[in-house]
Amino acid sequence: MSSKLAEVDYNEYLRVDRLPTTWCAGCGDGAIMKALIRAMDELKIDRDNTAIISGIGCSGRFSGYLDFNTLHVTHGRTLAFATGMKMASPKSKIIVISGDGDSLAIGGNHFIHACRRNIDLTLIIINNYTYGLTGGQVSPSTPLASSSPTAPYGSIEPTFDTCELAMAAGASFVSRTVVASPLHMDKMMKAALSHNGFSVVEVMSNCHINWGRKNEYAAAADLIKHLKDQSTFSKEEAINDGKHLLGILAQRPEMKEYSQTYYDLVERAKAKAAAKKGA
Amino acid sequence: MSQTYALTGNQIVARAALDAGCTFYAGYPISPSSEIAAEMARELPKIGGAFIQMEDEIASMAAIVGGALTGKKCMTATSGPGFSLKQENLGFACMTEVPCVVVNVMRSGPSTGMPTFPAQGDFMQTRWGTHGDHPIIVLAPCFHDELYSETIRAFNLSEKYRQPVVLLSDEVLAQMSARIDIPDRSELTIVDRAKPDTANKKGYKPYDNSQLVPPLASFFEGYHFHVTGLTHDEFGFPTENTKLAQTMLDRLNRKISENVDDICKWVEIDTADADILLVSVGSSGRSAQQAMQEARQKHGLKVGLFRPLTVWPFPEKGLRAAAQGKSRVIVAEMNEGQIALEVERVLHRPVETALRYNGEMITPDDILKQLLKERETVGV
Repeated sequence: MSSKLAEVDYNEYLRVDRLPTTWCAGCGDGAIMKALIRAMDELKIDRDNTAIISGIGCSGRFSGYLDFNTLHVTHGRTLAFATGMKMASPKSKIIVISGDGDSLAIGGNHFIHACRRNIDLTLIIINNYTYGLTGGQVSPSTPLASSSPTAPYGSIEPTFDTCELAMAAGASFVSRTVVASPLHMDKMMKAALSHNGFSVVEVMSNCHINWGRKNEYAAAADLIKHLKDQSTFSKEEAINDGKHLLGILAQRPEMKEYSQTYYDLVERAKAKAAAKKGA
Repeated sequence: MSQTYALTGNQIVARAALDAGCTFYAGYPISPSSEIAAEMARELPKIGGAFIQMEDEIASMAAIVGGALTGKKCMTATSGPGFSLKQENLGFACMTEVPCVVVNVMRSGPSTGMPTFPAQGDFMQTRWGTHGDHPIIVLAPCFHDELYSETIRAFNLSEKYRQPVVLLSDEVLAQMSARIDIPDRSELTIVDRAKPDTANKKGYKPYDNSQLVPPLASFFEGYHFHVTGLTHDEFGFPTENTKLAQTMLDRLNRKISENVDDICKWVEIDTADADILLVSVGSSGRSAQQAMQEARQKHGLKVGLFRPLTVWPFPEKGLRAAAQGKSRVIVAEMNEGQIALEVERVLHRPVETALRYNGEMITPDDILKQLLKERETVGV
């Protein structure tokens, strides 16, 4: 891994007239958007052929700021819209940006089925432990005992491990990174975007405003440091101390990609139909 | 030259969708609509199109909107319980003005009801099922040849007005086989959505309020435009400008209200000399037509039939003209009186009803009984 961030003209990729963003000062979303831009720039992604789809929540606003074919959909449904788009336009590149509430709660069904199909989409899940936009309610990834408007006595909700869930459901590329480490974010996003199949990047990020303030991390820097401390590259440490395991956790490029498999079937069906017509 | 086939209603809808140019279908199994998905799964690959069975009804509605944004004509089909679930993204398609066709093969309800028994309980759901205010186009054929022609019309209206169109079939129509003459594709009028001028991609306004129906670019053609379910400006970006919101919502309404003459279609039989007007929609219209004929032939009652093919927007003008001077208006339907409410609203007069909503097909006798009631006893 290089020790310097790649130099990019971010404005080239942004709808500059839509700025400033609606995100709170210190929010991880800006850093994540820049990491995504750097990754796309390095991979020389064809913007005309790329769609960015986002759902509801703070992460939902990504699609409005990026100068691509962009779609901002209903809560949790990003992957369903993306699947339809990919099937109707199989040569396109589709990047989905979502949050922990959007993807793991209301969109949970679409998430596991996109993993199972192994359809060529890249999903970036920004996990900030909470529903930030609506005021910090409990999400499927809110740490146990956290304080929240919908858990005023501390959350008793067991959590999902996004990456374990994705791997169990069949995703062929699964990775986790943290907003505290831009170089690592770039690396994970580049790897995910280069993968042919369903690729997931979970980015641990900070909502110091609506999770942090209620849980002793009111300053962005404190929460980002906490997330860094909570992250590890050691599987042992992740298991023993309940930390977030970083890195590429699954990479199975040999798995069949869904849209390609379907269009192979189309070719066979067309040939069969033509043969029948000729006979 | 047309060709004659024996097909079920569901098969006809699938055939018509393909003839209309549908190349992407996403669905989820539900009785009594499932054969439409099966037909599409078999036929679409042969023409290079795509079929996908999604994980649920919500996803299949989302998928066709995603597909439609790439320029494809897209369809999904379901029945009442599934249609309830589709409302979320159906509303999204109305708000974002993405053309697509949704078939609802109505069955007996409420809730999961009786899955393979007929009913017409979803007329109001198709009109008012989503949150917020917006118009929608809903078509309800009665006979098998109409299933074909109205499916074609559903795609055409959807493309022309950048608007989701709902086709209401029901268990009787869907499952019954009939002889049908299917026209050669060269005889069909097929409408494709208007595309924007390619010279000014940067300045493209997907929601240009100076046009009633702004042209729709496709994704991946070099227009980097934005589509959102949030209230948006002319470029598609979220806005909280209430003046803009008003203009945009008014345009959504106007594109339908200013084109009702183009959108509204109905069938009238023997209304000119009639004294009693029967109103019936969809497969109930079959029994209504039979009852009308019996009433005329056996009982000397002068009955005429008004049968809307377009349910929403409701053909108000046509109904008013047909009801002019009639002593009685009777609505026959398989629900607790949904179309009757609309007829009362339009005509500003009480109407009589002949209803059946126990999961059985409404019979000509059900309707004849009401026709034969003395005026006094029905209190008109």
